[in-house]
Amino acid sequence: MFFNSLLTNFAALEVGQHLYWQIGNIRLHGQVFLTSWILLGALLVFISLGTKKMENDPKGLQNLLEFLWDYIRDLARTQIGEKVYRDWMPFIGTLFLFVFVSNWGGALIPWRLIKLPSGELGAPTADINTTIALALLVSLSYFYAGLSNKGWRYFEYYVHPTPIMLPFKILEDFTKPLSLSFRLFGNILADELVVGVLVFLVPLILPIPVMFLGLFTSAIQALIFATLAAYYIGEAVEEHH
Amino acid sequence: MLAFNFFGATEGGLFDINATLPLMAIQVVALTYILNSLFFKPVGNIVEKREKFVSNNIIEAKNKLSEVKKLEADLLTQLQSARTEAQRIVSEAENESDKLYKEALELANNEANASKEKARLEIESQTSAARDQLSKQVDDLSELIVNRLILEK
Repeated sequence: MFFNSLLTNFAALEVGQHLYWQIGNIRLHGQVFLTSWILLGALLVFISLGTKKMENDPKGLQNLLEFLWDYIRDLARTQIGEKVYRDWMPFIGTLFLFVFVSNWGGALIPWRLIKLPSGELGAPTADINTTIALALLVSLSYFYAGLSNKGWRYFEYYVHPTPIMLPFKILEDFTKPLSLSFRLFGNILADELVVGVLVFLVPLILPIPVMFLGLFTSAIQALIFATLAAYYIGEAVEEHH
Repeated sequence: MLAFNFFGATEGGLFDINATLPLMAIQVVALTYILNSLFFKPVGNIVEKREKFVSNNIIEAKNKLSEVKKLEADLLTQLQSARTEAQRIVSEAENESDKLYKEALELANNEANASKEKARLEIESQTSAARDQLSKQVDDLSELIVNRLILEK
């Protein structure tokens, strides 16, 4: 209790406070959805503006989108392999864009200026629900990728070099989503907290380098998340000989 | 207990997992489909179309280049054969003219020899005729001298 009150009083940071929405029996973290809708709306507007008038000689936004597309394709192709990367590219790309937009949106937009009755707006990826949702989607997709590509032979992967690996490989299926979700959640939350505390203590200049560091981490985390997701899918569809 | 309250409180807390999770998952899946039809497919189409266009152009250019090289080689061989042909014609003409020259020379030589021979024969016959006449005259003269000598005695 002491720790709790200390944090809320000392830093004026509302850690672990949420804006609850009650729909029937279920409760939602409203602030997560609010920010994600704003950010994804901006992303979709940006993308529809860029793809509105596509030409063979790209101009302006189309250039940027093509660069992005190429970047995601390279990522998916190197991790998943030439054969099936096409099927998974939209998923990997969506993960990358969602995490990137959420992280950067959380770091760049001064959400704190908007007062909520409870909790505060911030990066959607700083909420454990979001990151677990993403990580579970990754788990489902690598299972689906393995099973749809190799059928029951997918489970050969569990005993691949030797059957001794079986318990470790089973354990991996649990540690993969756990590490994915907690890495993203921890990094983004920690960044928000550090910036928040610094802004509270020294409102001028000092937080700026930390904010830049936060932007850097945010981008890296998006890349790591997408790369690992692609790597897991690639591992599942890889043919053992 | 403190930690439990801080992190795992039933109301609020950092690790408060609720219906936000499945709804966020559904939202991300929906976003995947939206981005696929709005971004990945159209941009992919245009980029791959362009890549195909570029690679086709490269292949075409390579084909054309090889064709040009083939034509060049062809031309070179044609040039070579034309050159040898020309050389052959020139040498043939030279030979022919040589032959003609030799023939003409031989003809002229023969003619000259024949006329020389004829002249020689004529000279010879004239010489022998003159010699006959001379010897006849010598005979006549000697007979005259002999007659005269005999008469004087």
